[in-house]
Amino acid sequence: MLFTSLKRALRPLSWLALCMPLWLASLANAQEKPYFVTYSHDLEEPGNLDIETKTALARPDGSTHYGATALELEYGVRAWWTSELYLDGQATAQDSTIFTGFRIENRLRMVMREHAVNPVLYVEYENTSGADKTILEVVGHDGQSDLAETNAEARKEHQHEAELKLILSSNVKDWNIAENFISEKDLGHDPWEFGYAFGASRPLRGAASGRICTFCAEKFIAGAEAYGGLGDTDALTLHDTSHYVAPLIGWQLPKGLRLSFSPGFGLTSTSLARVYRVGVAYEFNQIGNWFHSANGGAQ
Amino acid sequence: MICSHRRIFSLSSIALFATLAFAAAVHSHFDHVPAKEHARNNPLAGQPQAVAAGALVYSDHCAECHKADARGDGHKRPSLHSENVRTATDGDLEWFLRQGDLAHGMPSWSSLPTEQRWQLVAYLKSIQ
Repeated sequence: MLFTSLKRALRPLSWLALCMPLWLASLANAQEKPYFVTYSHDLEEPGNLDIETKTALARPDGSTHYGATALELEYGVRAWWTSELYLDGQATAQDSTIFTGFRIENRLRMVMREHAVNPVLYVEYENTSGADKTILEVVGHDGQSDLAETNAEARKEHQHEAELKLILSSNVKDWNIAENFISEKDLGHDPWEFGYAFGASRPLRGAASGRICTFCAEKFIAGAEAYGGLGDTDALTLHDTSHYVAPLIGWQLPKGLRLSFSPGFGLTSTSLARVYRVGVAYEFNQIGNWFHSANGGAQ
Repeated sequence: MICSHRRIFSLSSIALFATLAFAAAVHSHFDHVPAKEHARNNPLAGQPQAVAAGALVYSDHCAECHKADARGDGHKRPSLHSENVRTATDGDLEWFLRQGDLAHGMPSWSSLPTEQRWQLVAYLKSIQ
């Protein structure tokens, strides 16, 4: 009964997650990291549009299963500047399927050269409801109780938030190691909230095999990420905060399709016990060229 | 007499300025490569399989801008069949791939595994 209702509730989002990348058609390939929460200093290539769905599946204590999807449109404005739009929604079993808001973010490389540690500034504006369950970051005292409310109750709360992240990231001997320091401020009178995310990943094989293949080791990237809240300016403490550790795997399929999967495990009683994440991505190459003729004029 | 000296000085200054401006205009992407990087050799040099693998890496990551024939678009995306690439050392090319030129639209490929960058260098050298 529960499974049937969950299946029914998730159907629209699953169709969106499954069909969106398949609907797209172009040739592309990128060495993207399979992180769901952590950002590395890799930006979108200029002119490319990456479309990705990031879905989180979980069940808070005392509530029902839910699936929350963020549809991410990521565009490389410049080699040092990436801009993104997120559209969030969720479906909760025995409840409803709702749109929960949008986010606009920009990531800016702060230095033009590659260094041992590469800083990137992340600036985001969020306009979401309290029913947003995508868990794209954990800050302050975020916990599973926030995710257990009914959609009708939770969506009454509107969140207009600004978020700043300092992304520090290094590529060392085929490993990527990334650290994110997060601060978020509701544009009302709520205090500043803080959080962190760390990630490390590497391809299963460094050298390309020299043949077109789908299951070669170099097409897989494995790693792990850890993320959590660090309290807020009213209570800068780890008490009553959520923390997760999540192994992850990414698979680069032919024709620019990319899949990623990550089971996350909560480390405190405030955290969800488990959260499963699935990502499906597709990259359009050089979309600016679609609107220009070969001689550079607009079509 | 003084007037003639002034004219010579002015002409010399203009010539010097023009030379410097020209030199700046034709500077190579590889002018800033550290000596240690410049001197590096491709550990995969001379391996036909590295060239074949590099061709696939090129097709996956570079062809979208530099085109399948590596001749660019004749505008912002430069041809890779160039004197710059021909005369660059393996170390220069690997360094440039790792650094990119973010201000001019070339992304950094530091996220590619080191071996794939060397395979790419082997391929780029093979098409010159």
